[in-house]
Amino acid sequence: MDATIGRIPRPGDELRRVARLVLQELKPKGKVLTPFNVTTGAIMAVAAVLLVIRFARGLGAVTNLSQDFPWGIWIGYDVMTGVAIAGGGYVLTFMVYVLHLEKYHPIIRATVLNALLGYVFAATSLLLDLGRPWNIMNPMIGNGFGVSSVLFLVAWHFFLYALMALVEFSPAAAEWLGLERIRRVLKGMTFAAVIFGITLAFLHQAGLGALMLMARNKLHPLWYTEFIPVLFVVSSVFAGLSLVIVEGSISARVFAHRTGKLLRWTHEDIMLGLGRIAAGTMFAYFALEIVTVMHGQKWALLATPMGLWYLLEVLGFVLVPGALYLMAYRARNLSWVKAAAGLTLFGVLLNRLNVSIIAFRPNAAVHYVPSWMEIVITLAVVSAEIWIFRWVVNRMPVMDFEEVRTPEARPALKRTVAAA
Amino acid sequence: MDRRDLLKTMGAAAGTVLVANGLKAETPEAAPTAEPVGILVDTTLCIGCRSCEYACADAHKDAGVEYEENADFSVVRLTSEKRWTAVNKYETAKGTFYAKKQCMHCLSPACASACLTKAMHKNLNPPGPIVWTADRCMGCRYCMISCPFDMPKFQYNKAVPRIEKCVMCAERLAEGKKPACVENCPSGALTFGNRKDLLEEARKRIYAEPEKYVHQIYGEHEAGGTSWMYLSAVPFEQLGFNTNVGDEAYPTYTREFLYSVPFVEILVPTFMLALSAATKREEAVEKTEHPAAGRKG
Repeated sequence: MDATIGRIPRPGDELRRVARLVLQELKPKGKVLTPFNVTTGAIMAVAAVLLVIRFARGLGAVTNLSQDFPWGIWIGYDVMTGVAIAGGGYVLTFMVYVLHLEKYHPIIRATVLNALLGYVFAATSLLLDLGRPWNIMNPMIGNGFGVSSVLFLVAWHFFLYALMALVEFSPAAAEWLGLERIRRVLKGMTFAAVIFGITLAFLHQAGLGALMLMARNKLHPLWYTEFIPVLFVVSSVFAGLSLVIVEGSISARVFAHRTGKLLRWTHEDIMLGLGRIAAGTMFAYFALEIVTVMHGQKWALLATPMGLWYLLEVLGFVLVPGALYLMAYRARNLSWVKAAAGLTLFGVLLNRLNVSIIAFRPNAAVHYVPSWMEIVITLAVVSAEIWIFRWVVNRMPVMDFEEVRTPEARPALKRTVAAA
Repeated sequence: MDRRDLLKTMGAAAGTVLVANGLKAETPEAAPTAEPVGILVDTTLCIGCRSCEYACADAHKDAGVEYEENADFSVVRLTSEKRWTAVNKYETAKGTFYAKKQCMHCLSPACASACLTKAMHKNLNPPGPIVWTADRCMGCRYCMISCPFDMPKFQYNKAVPRIEKCVMCAERLAEGKKPACVENCPSGALTFGNRKDLLEEARKRIYAEPEKYVHQIYGEHEAGGTSWMYLSAVPFEQLGFNTNVGDEAYPTYTREFLYSVPFVEILVPTFMLALSAATKREEAVEKTEHPAAGRKG
């Protein structure tokens, strides 16, 4: 509202102001030639060349995909794992907006931003992986509503959830641009977006697991179960929480200059609390895994090489980090929480890769192993995600926001924020 | 009189338009009553001449199907994007047999139920062939993950790739012709017809020569039933058939999950709203007792 005195503000003024601000903000802040920037920049440059080859000569030119292994790491890691670890978005919004656990409020924006970017980049990777990506909007525009397809369900719920995450994050962008009236409208949509978003997240997390239901002859029986959708939802809870812990720990250091007082004071408490919740869901998940083995009478399979691999996954990377989380909470030890989060994330990666790649056709004569080019492109996608995350955090009130609420509506809350 | 004539003319004109429009629209409606078609393969009659492969390549050369002049029978040749059907040789205790493989054209196809754009779908004129539509497919390859027979093949080395597999010569069937392979089979190993009649024929052959055949028709029940069906003198796994596909129609495996979706969509928001309302009240009480936020421990 910087209308000059003596002149009636015209509608274009506001637009011009916002445009100027955005242009100004596009410039990098801080040093450009850091080791991190140079490394990730180089990866992205190589990936750009590889992608030209990929689109000119087909998927076979850069990937090791085959008729027997139609899905590789772009699906198994970028989409399956990427969406699981972006689960923090729906878990945290549930805790903060539905359960009113105000303690976790300071990290909500960073988490939602992470989820949003996670989905955007999963979708980007999918575009690279699709053979005919120009048709990606077909299930949306009705050039074939394949309603009997699990993937149709996943596509819609994925797409709508990303929209909800955008709505949830949008007040931060409005604050950045100084658009107060728009911010209030967007803020008013948050609760509805949260409720809708949680529902959508449940279903697409489950749906990603349900994709494998028709691959019952191809997936190793220790990973194939009718309950795979449930396992995927439950594991997305602790996967999401663990990413929030890892991201939060890194951000606390890297973005210390952007971190608000409230978040700095409560950081440790939040991390420990998240660890405890993760532990609870991990023990429940472990129990579910036992049930699936019992239910399917798969005990004998545990004594095989694939069985040991399975045990490594559910014992080494679910039960062990779960216990570590609990111990960390009891001892209030932040580094144990971080270690547990790292182990958990690795376990989720292992699980999603097992389900989609490693335990898929375990007896194949030639098993899929990603090419170096697939790995470089995946690393480039992750790098781009980090760049954008950094760009946003350095500009928008993500880690230093203190919710501005109208005093009339929530007088009690206004006071609590001020007191903190 | 004039008015009545006018009405008649208008009625006839409207009727013609309706019928003309209906010609296309009626096909799917008529489909459920129409008999699914299929092909019966009697592997005891197959002589391994590969005329079917030749005829297939000839009929689909525009789609890039190629015929190999000197195929080596000592290795198992799978179908591929350029080879929609493959004949292989199997040495068994009862002698040498040949078996032609291609897409089985399931009655309840996994690939079509997996397809989120209905690019892969069942042709209805006549019902039977599972075919693919280029302008719908986004190349996600979920059909390949789902197919129990691993028949859809993807062109990994094309910038504009297609999903390729046997289409049961759907365009020839629509013209009232037989599939190219059936028409060119010199030994009588392939029979085209209504699936129901083919099943009768297959049973008749088993009853007539119970010692010659194993008492199973591969494809009668497999994966919920397929349009291609096989007779054999030896257990089917000895001819390279996947005998672990089960009798369940593959879309059944995802049915419960898909049916549960609306339940989740109704119950989760309801539960969330209830939880939110319940915890909001508690919070208000708590706030009056402990006004400070950032409660530690």
